[in-house]
Amino acid sequence: MEFLYFLIRRLLWSLLVLFGLSIVIFVIARVMPGDPARLALGPRASQEQVDDLKANMGLDKPLVEQYQHFIVGLSRGDLGLSFLTKRPVNDDIAETFAATLELVLATISIAFLLGIPLGVVAAAKKDGGADNLVRFGAILGAVTPSFLLALLLQVLAGYELHVLPTTGRLSPDFPFHPDITGLVTIDALLKGNPAALIDGLKHLLLPSLALSAATVGQIARITRSSMIDVAKQDYIEAGRAFGIPDHVRIFKYMLRPAFVPPMTILGLEFASLLGNAFVVELVFAWPGMASYGVRSILQKDLNAVMGVVMISGLFFVVANLVIDVLVGFVDPRVRIQGGQG
Amino acid sequence: MSELAAAPARPQVSIAYQNWHRFSRNPTAVIGSVIVTVVVLTAVLAPWIAPHPDHVGSIVNFRARHLPPSAQYWFGTDNVGRDIFTRVLFGYRVSLLLAAVVLAFAVPLGAALGLIAGYFGGWAEIVIMRLTDIALAIPPLVMALAVTAVLTPNLTHAMLAIAALWWTWHTRLIFSITRTLRAQEFVEAAEILGASRFHILFRELLPNCASAILVKTSLDFGFVILIGAALSYLGLGVQPPTPDLGTMVASGADFLPDRWWESMLPGAAILFVALGFNLLGDGLRDLYDVESVR
Amino acid sequence: MSAEPLLSVRSLSVDFSTYGRVSHVLRDVSLDVPARRHVALVGESGCGKSVTMKAIMGILAQPPARIVGGEIRFDGRDLLQVRGGEWDAWRGTAMSMVFQDPMTSLNPVFTIGDQMETILKYADRRLGRRRDRRGRLDRVYEVLAQVRMPDPERIAKSYPIMLSGGMRQRVLIAMALLTEPRLLIADEPGTALDVTTQAQILKLLRDLVEERGLALLMITHNLGLVREAADFVYVMYAGAVVERGPAVEIFARPSHPYTRALFDCVPKLSGETTFKGIDGSLPDYGAPPPGCRFAPRCPLAVAMCNRSPDERPVGPNHSAACWRLEEAVA
Repeated sequence: MEFLYFLIRRLLWSLLVLFGLSIVIFVIARVMPGDPARLALGPRASQEQVDDLKANMGLDKPLVEQYQHFIVGLSRGDLGLSFLTKRPVNDDIAETFAATLELVLATISIAFLLGIPLGVVAAAKKDGGADNLVRFGAILGAVTPSFLLALLLQVLAGYELHVLPTTGRLSPDFPFHPDITGLVTIDALLKGNPAALIDGLKHLLLPSLALSAATVGQIARITRSSMIDVAKQDYIEAGRAFGIPDHVRIFKYMLRPAFVPPMTILGLEFASLLGNAFVVELVFAWPGMASYGVRSILQKDLNAVMGVVMISGLFFVVANLVIDVLVGFVDPRVRIQGGQG
Repeated sequence: MSELAAAPARPQVSIAYQNWHRFSRNPTAVIGSVIVTVVVLTAVLAPWIAPHPDHVGSIVNFRARHLPPSAQYWFGTDNVGRDIFTRVLFGYRVSLLLAAVVLAFAVPLGAALGLIAGYFGGWAEIVIMRLTDIALAIPPLVMALAVTAVLTPNLTHAMLAIAALWWTWHTRLIFSITRTLRAQEFVEAAEILGASRFHILFRELLPNCASAILVKTSLDFGFVILIGAALSYLGLGVQPPTPDLGTMVASGADFLPDRWWESMLPGAAILFVALGFNLLGDGLRDLYDVESVR
Repeated sequence: MSAEPLLSVRSLSVDFSTYGRVSHVLRDVSLDVPARRHVALVGESGCGKSVTMKAIMGILAQPPARIVGGEIRFDGRDLLQVRGGEWDAWRGTAMSMVFQDPMTSLNPVFTIGDQMETILKYADRRLGRRRDRRGRLDRVYEVLAQVRMPDPERIAKSYPIMLSGGMRQRVLIAMALLTEPRLLIADEPGTALDVTTQAQILKLLRDLVEERGLALLMITHNLGLVREAADFVYVMYAGAVVERGPAVEIFARPSHPYTRALFDCVPKLSGETTFKGIDGSLPDYGAPPPGCRFAPRCPLAVAMCNRSPDERPVGPNHSAACWRLEEAVA
């Protein structure tokens, strides 16, 4: 019951965050100097053309009215028309979002699958060689520019060793369409198409590795310090006195409470993860939201840019809600006391 | 108290010396500060120490284009024959300037808001902390993309966009420290003695946050440089011909893998400076024992 | 019948090595805990009580600790000589421990029932007993009822955070009782609780000792608790037992200078408001005083105290390790 209240409260805060975000985006798009219609049409368009587009897009109305229009559209899930393609921004983003989602999910999986064991090993061998290696690796992961790592992986694994494809989500002309969830790997599993699954995974591996470096390091570091912290707790010693075997104490009694800080960190890191995804997508020509976003930015397509920022924020908020729920399942203290937020 | 009195008298050593002693025995901190010093010095002295200072601008030297690293061109040359090493040194100036300006704006603002939210609580806390929640939801890189989409892409706008979000991290950090300090006796004592709010905020609370701010700022220098580099890699930051590390990686990437030095060496230069600030911050974190700062 | 008490520690000595420095933390500690008795081990923080307790439970982290001599005899067998696996079988089954802090000794992210059931599962496995989860849970409910918990099934489904301090302390006792141990070691029982709750917990422990014929060893620095709950007392100072005797005896005639100083530290409710502290602090375990470890702080110390004092009788079953007993008592 308490958990339900907690979730409802988090949900309301999330809505508030999204509302605030919409104002920020609106301010960027409409209040800052620069005329969106003029930007979209370029300097050589006639004033009449610009005025036409303005009227079409409702840009001649007062700002408050424009914002009303914007927020009403948003609440209906309508991000407006692209200045350029004249298609709804929704459709454009929907086509690209699944690819970004797949990349981000793969990255998070790698981050946990690698980061947690590394952190556990480092904590177990505190101040030993393995520990120092993990700690230095974590710093190295955090400070390597993601585009540099992406380029490096692309060159090494793709051009030099010829083991993995370097661009796209599927090999050219591969007869497969992810039309269930939009995620190639998931859809391949659902349709029972192992060839597509393998091809999809091969394409996914390098981008998600490049994107996960920083997060793996963070998760390993946090896991390490929280394992060390938990190991000092009385209940771990108590388990020993009650004759509970080491493997149960480490993998059940220690890991579960130690699991909460890495989850929380992931929530905070999610924004920068998403930001880096933009760069990594470009390097690997991954047909995701980022490629779309950068293209619309270069072409000054404001509605599309606003849509991309808004969806990024929404993605962040939803990811954090999911993390809250998971943390609540892992840690009853959050469930019962409602956490600290 | 009596325990303190009973303790054997220690030789009097200044706190500064003690700190220096501990600092010098922390390999992370020492390596980090050496890297940072080297980078800052070469950036400042670039016009005098760079081997080919005339290669900074848009000169063309076709006979020397695409040369691999050599004694004459340490990092090789780019597609128009300019010395990459020289351009890296000048690129550091841009990176450091970007980070310094962003942090000069974000750190004081973030710290002040964190102090206010943490000390006063109530509405101040709700308003400020919800604002940080909103700002946290936007990836700084995406924000910078959006801002440069509306305005023209250049260094100033990149700094503006990053700074507009970066204060949130400092606000969160200082808020959490201040909130725990607020309940402590020395704050209460100052309140009872009738100290002004200004005095409590800036004379009592702020000094207690100083080490955390220092550690965080050191780490941030690296991260802001990385974001700036990513932005110019996407072509939305510093515009050519000004030498910029991210831009150099992007233009050099066209010649991968054969002419690897054109992208990988400027990339390594970014990694080097970010690593320096991170090691320094990590070492300072151990030194000041502020585990909570990330 | 065997004359030997259930637990008998003989001349136990433990060293700690930290950073290449050896500390002689326990020196020749001997104590007996017979069945149906409440034995207290008293001393200030850092005197080696916890090390003694952990050595008995076999949970001393080795290294840095090293047992350099002595015996820990349980039910006639020296635990230090048995093979590792056998001690594991004893630990948490025949002897069990009530942890001190009800706030930190329970894992916050598992239910009470889950934690207790896990203990039982591995105890069963060690003892070669077969019982399914259902059976184990029934035993959990049974024990929760034994520690006077209302509605055991609801308690078992609770997380620690949902229970009060007193209830958590009862859970900790229940955990210790799960495997029907014959020896219970209680670390500062109830000190983390308010006085009323503490009294209830002590009463519960007393009842359990009676009902189940347990042997109880309490580790504490709290003399009030000793007076209330112990029949036999060992006073420990700096890793050595300095005085032993029936509780009534010790309270009536504290004999070792340290014991006397300790009793002087207790503020009395009746009138006297001033109390004397003990000057100085615990000795350096790396280089302890050669003879009596209390000598540097002892007002009565003389040259002879440089030799280890023998235990000398003071009364029935009551003895103290001091060369200057006559002067001390006078």
